[in-house]
Amino acid sequence: MNATAENAHAAGHVAPLPTIGQSRWIGFRTILAREYGRVIRIWGQTLVPSAVTSTLYFVIFGSLIGRRVGPMGGFDYMQYIAPGLIMMAVITNSYANVVSSFFSAKFQRFLEEIMVSPLPNWVIVAGYVGGGMARGLMVGVVVTIVSLLFTHLQVHHWAAMLAAAVLTSAVFSLGGFINALLAKNFDQVNWVPTFILVPLTYFGGVFYSISMLPAWAQQVSIANPVLHMVSAFRYGVLGTADVHVGTAFGIMALSTVLLFGLAVGLMNRGIGLRE
Amino acid sequence: MHALSVRGLVKTYRNGVQALKGVDLDVEQGDFFAMLGPNGAGKSTLISILTSLVNKSAGRISVFGHDLDRDMEAAKACIGVVPQELNLNQFETPETIVVNQAGFYGIPRALARQRAEKYLAALSLWEHRHKIARALSGGMKRRLMIARALIHEPRLLVLDEPTAGVDIEIRRSMWEFLRELNAAGTTIILTTHYLEEAESLCRNIAIIDGGRIVEVSRMDRLLRKLHSESLMLTLRHPLTAAPVLAGYHIALVDEHTLEVEVTRDRNLNDLFATLSADGIEVLSMRNKVNRLEEIFMRLVDKSAAVAAGARS
Repeated sequence: MNATAENAHAAGHVAPLPTIGQSRWIGFRTILAREYGRVIRIWGQTLVPSAVTSTLYFVIFGSLIGRRVGPMGGFDYMQYIAPGLIMMAVITNSYANVVSSFFSAKFQRFLEEIMVSPLPNWVIVAGYVGGGMARGLMVGVVVTIVSLLFTHLQVHHWAAMLAAAVLTSAVFSLGGFINALLAKNFDQVNWVPTFILVPLTYFGGVFYSISMLPAWAQQVSIANPVLHMVSAFRYGVLGTADVHVGTAFGIMALSTVLLFGLAVGLMNRGIGLRE
Repeated sequence: MHALSVRGLVKTYRNGVQALKGVDLDVEQGDFFAMLGPNGAGKSTLISILTSLVNKSAGRISVFGHDLDRDMEAAKACIGVVPQELNLNQFETPETIVVNQAGFYGIPRALARQRAEKYLAALSLWEHRHKIARALSGGMKRRLMIARALIHEPRLLVLDEPTAGVDIEIRRSMWEFLRELNAAGTTIILTTHYLEEAESLCRNIAIIDGGRIVEVSRMDRLLRKLHSESLMLTLRHPLTAAPVLAGYHIALVDEHTLEVEVTRDRNLNDLFATLSADGIEVLSMRNKVNRLEEIFMRLVDKSAAVAAGARS
């Protein structure tokens, strides 16, 4: 019996008696449902923009410029960039959801609702990250539907494709969480996406294969984690990748674990939340 | 077992301000406990540490025997908090806010909905349950924060100036609600600037000043410490000079008002008998200042004098 249920019983109320594990699960689901509800409530800000920008990318880069580029990696250019554009949407939306939602809750102080509760910090992190993943993956589906209007997509390896999408959204949701935790104002919320996330994504093989680059640039690109994520997803969809797929999944899994540990560690110390 | 036990609590902020300088405090189960102090005394810091919104520098806190560091989940499940500042999600409805809060405490959805109706109705918010929080009045937002704090039926309710900015009628109804809650077994800790509120509601009191507890006492014992009271008497007929009565210090405030200082060894019967004998008719009487306010000011002044003495 958890302490909340004990309270109720001490006060003479008869209530179901969830275990500690059930209580944490209910808390996790509550955060997740609230985040999901927010995504749906403001769908015009959360789900639509990526559909519009990906349409523009397909029209400009795929249809207009792509014809002159010719095939890439053995595929039509439009087909080649489709997995990259889907992953770009997953990355930006996973990150944006958590950074804006968590920072707003911190800034408007209703995060205190969760902070005063008995929920352990790892459950709070998991709840917010789950919300970011939900948006990232939903937008990924939206962009996939848009891409099907412009090109044909096969699925080479379902498990690889889904695992790459899920792990990438987890990594960037965690990144957004840590950004929101450390940010002191809205400038700092926007700083990372503008100056780090966008360059990493654009140089992460979304629009090109790194085989086109000189050797030194290929070596530099290998250090870009986004390249591994896009490549792993592209492998799942098209069966072609710029990097070793096993290494890519290793990097994603390791990043997820390390960033989760870092986020929980920061929460435990109250960094960015408590003085 | 105490509802709350605080030992050696110290808080030094990064800017060097020492908000708490070794606070020891016990609150009994079932108590209605007042914590008073001037602005910056350390009350809110103490509550923020208790509710995990501020890290302590040193000391220990236990809630119903659960150590806040070692047994955090059990300790926090016992506490409900109504903060001083509004901290509602302005775009959510009252029903969503309290049901979500229940979820954070591990309460299943169906039970959370039942309790939401119970507490929103008890605080006259049920008919406003579908409005977004931003559309509620200031008093409604305060009551919503109380409903939110009660949704997991905590054994210890901590209210940090819950009636600040609330009109008198709503304040009185909140008092009644809190009395009933306390009578049903919930231990309540209240900080307030309305000393009348503390005097009316609370059985025990701690006065905190400069990061230290300067007085912990039963409310009635504390009030008995007052050696004299100043009463304001409104007269039917005008006077040109204050009457002279042995044992009473009387001053004429205006031609219809007398200020009488009555020491604890005198009684009011003698005063009124003498005034009647002199043909002075009293229409009404009130305390010049709230009794608790008078003691509070004395203790805080004394604490300030001690601190100044220590510095010099």
